[in-house]
Amino acid sequence: MPDTIDFNLNGQPVRVSAEAGRDLLWVLRTDLGLTGPKYGCGISQCGACTVLVDGRAIRSCSVPLKSVKGKSVVTIEGLAAEGRLHPVQEAFIAHDALQCGFCTSGMIMTACDFLRKHPKPTRDQVIAGMDDNLCRCGAHVRIVDAIMEAASAMAGRTPS
Amino acid sequence: MTLRSKQGPQGGPASGKWADADLPTRREFLRRFGTGLLVWVVLRDTAGAEESEAAHPVKVRPKPEGDFNAFLSIGEDGHVTCFTGKIEMGQGPVTSLPQMLAEELDVSMDDVSIVMGDTELCPFDQGTWGSMTTSVFGKVWRAAAAEARAVLMDLAAASLQVPVSQLTARDGVVTDSKDATRKVTYGQLTQGRRIERRVSVNSDLKAPGQFRVIGKPLLRRDSRDKVTGKAKYAGDMRLPGMLYASILRPPASGATLRSADTSAARKIDGVVVVEQPGLVAVLHELPDVAADALGKVKAEFEPSPSRLDDKTIYAHLQKAEVEPRISTQGGDISTGAARAVRRHDATYLGGYVAHAAMETHAALAHVEGGKATVWASTQNPFGAREEIANELGLPIPSVRVITPFVGGGFGGKSFNLQAVEAARLSKATGRPVQVMWTREEEFFNDTFRPASVINIKSGLDADGRIAFWDYEVRFAGDRASERLYDIPDHRTLAVGGFSGPPGIHPFQVGAWRAPGSSNNAFARESHVDQLASIAGIDPIEFRLRQLKDARMERVLKAAAEKWGWTPGKSPSRRGLGIACGADAGSYVAAIAEVGVEPKSGIITVKRVLWVQEMGLVINPAGAKIQMEGGITMGLGYALSEEMHFKDGVLRETNFDTYGLPRFSQVPRIETVILDAGDSPSYGGGEPAIILTGAVIANAVHDATGVRLLELPMSPDRVLAAIAAKA
Ligand code: FES
Ligand code: FES
Repeated sequence: MPDTIDFNLNGQPVRVSAEAGRDLLWVLRTDLGLTGPKYGCGISQCGACTVLVDGRAIRSCSVPLKSVKGKSVVTIEGLAAEGRLHPVQEAFIAHDALQCGFCTSGMIMTACDFLRKHPKPTRDQVIAGMDDNLCRCGAHVRIVDAIMEAASAMAGRTPS
Repeated sequence: MTLRSKQGPQGGPASGKWADADLPTRREFLRRFGTGLLVWVVLRDTAGAEESEAAHPVKVRPKPEGDFNAFLSIGEDGHVTCFTGKIEMGQGPVTSLPQMLAEELDVSMDDVSIVMGDTELCPFDQGTWGSMTTSVFGKVWRAAAAEARAVLMDLAAASLQVPVSQLTARDGVVTDSKDATRKVTYGQLTQGRRIERRVSVNSDLKAPGQFRVIGKPLLRRDSRDKVTGKAKYAGDMRLPGMLYASILRPPASGATLRSADTSAARKIDGVVVVEQPGLVAVLHELPDVAADALGKVKAEFEPSPSRLDDKTIYAHLQKAEVEPRISTQGGDISTGAARAVRRHDATYLGGYVAHAAMETHAALAHVEGGKATVWASTQNPFGAREEIANELGLPIPSVRVITPFVGGGFGGKSFNLQAVEAARLSKATGRPVQVMWTREEEFFNDTFRPASVINIKSGLDADGRIAFWDYEVRFAGDRASERLYDIPDHRTLAVGGFSGPPGIHPFQVGAWRAPGSSNNAFARESHVDQLASIAGIDPIEFRLRQLKDARMERVLKAAAEKWGWTPGKSPSRRGLGIACGADAGSYVAAIAEVGVEPKSGIITVKRVLWVQEMGLVINPAGAKIQMEGGITMGLGYALSEEMHFKDGVLRETNFDTYGLPRFSQVPRIETVILDAGDSPSYGGGEPAIILTGAVIANAVHDATGVRLLELPMSPDRVLAAIAAKA
């Protein structure tokens, strides 16, 4: 018998009928049709599958569906609020911080959580914060630039 | 992959819930372009110029006549749609190809949409590799646009009743230069007509002085789709009723299946099992359930016949008897050797390296009613089409391969096994089937960069110049093995190529970003550096004295100047290295600063300067991204990436053990593109990776006095080299 799991997905309540032990990544990509989170390794090593669960960056390949019960999940598809891109997305565009784009959604989701914890980061902090996300195309320098810019853009928007 | 411009027609393959819900067929396309201007290009002129990196080179080339080979169309609304068999895997043609069209056609970038890698809609293409999209294909592409513009100008001349010479075109509007109120748009000119043109490659192209769009740095056009999750890759494609396949793989390369017991897997609800010669797969409507079910298959294999490991491989390659091919030679080696007052011989080694694109090989196939439609992550959709057709016994035109965005290729996705597997499984089950390799399968099936051995014998004459150069590259291929240096007595021998001969390697090997070039540049530039050190001459000075190519000299001097190089004999203990080279027609020079931690053997690359002369640059912003990407990716083969193996079993099967470059390892990178006047375009995506190994090795020597002869320069090798020296 499949389990019934309720949670909030990209701002909408959802009810999923599936085995509670299945990996969140495949439920998102298959059952829920959200292919923004990518499969890169399946063992928490690359970060391509990263989504936000209650604001925290989580590797969806390595957590069960049941772990998001009652929580709020945001994927790359749900990051832009009311049609306006998130400052991190804007900054990735402005800096050409991607090539093939396969790592990009995981990079952006990880960066969002990082900036929540470090609203005024140094470059070295960004590098340390992103170090467990892999990019094969070598967009690293630009990704760091983009996150630095997003940090200042966000600081300007929300007075602290 | 279809990228619509802002003003382009809406809808299309990317927008439907199901991938094929709105998939236009050839007939619909012809109807849509029932009127308007269609330009076709006869490809014969360039066909022979392309070097194949395909695992199975395409045998059947379509005849240009009669095939739907339109390169571009201009609709009644003036909107330009261009078609190319090239694919976008991150390297940027999704921006640079429309940029070329916008230039030659005098239209705004916003008015150009591009369709890439769809074998039904796009003209035949040999494959996307070899840094040839701009340098070789770009000429044809620009010619098509120039021809379209010529047609439009003729139509405008008739419409406005003035000679062509009196007309100017901009943003899709043709204006009478004597009376600016008299104008006509491209859309108006083509309205209600059906115009077709065939061109060869010799159309009049604009000269660099006339450029308005080419040479301007433009941001990538696909970013928005990629930062919002909208961009679709092959593994993101969905069809109603589809199954996901998990395929049984042997435990070792060369191991063969003895028996498979699939009974436990078959008991799982909804599982479909396919057992065919060479293909045992478990399928389910949920990919993770299929993967779990595969785990229930009990299989026995004959062990791999291979008895090689990552240490013994070099002796094997060194003694393998394969007829050498003379790549270049001049003078006489023994004469040169007799003139030498100091001999220096060395052997340079490089291990197997994985492509490790972040996207694993994926394909969705739908075989139905004698037709196959396959969405595949591939660098050669037309090659995939032929392989699938052969496998299924279908005529080639009955197979359509569509290439969505590709999540990195680097040569690895010219191998299309996953597309063939998906097609076979779809045929066997009668349902659409997706194959998306796991990371473990990706490593297992990869066509690695081959392990190679390079032997160099050389000597210095009494004046401190290189007297002779006897170079033998074994199994990396001879790309970028040119001497660059003026050495009277020289010989370059190539034994085998980057992909063979068959049976030499214990795994499949193939093209890896600039095949062979990084190995050759590492060996040559390490060796020249060592000769400079023996001669007691600054490494840049030593090179400049003997460089024989003016372009190379200019690039090297520019690098020295930009860096603020102060001459010194290596090892100067500053940790500075230099290297230069040529690849795909472009010239590159790099300078790096490193630190070496003597206790741990860890090399830290602090700063890299990269100067590149690549001829005419279409999109300088895109070219810089490619350069940074190449340098960064190169850190991997230089410092940490290698496959360990024994008896056909790989030790590296995922990113927990295979060391891709990380944020914390990336140095400060400066890239400089030198202006090249009126020269044609040369390759850009690959030259930027060829020197990373060499420049770091030379910097390590400068820092420590220790010469590393094997890639990657992992901490254990650094420690061993330091210990051997002490
Ligand atoms: S796929 Fe989840 S971390 Fe790599
Ligand atoms: S952009 Fe290709 S993996 Fe990061």
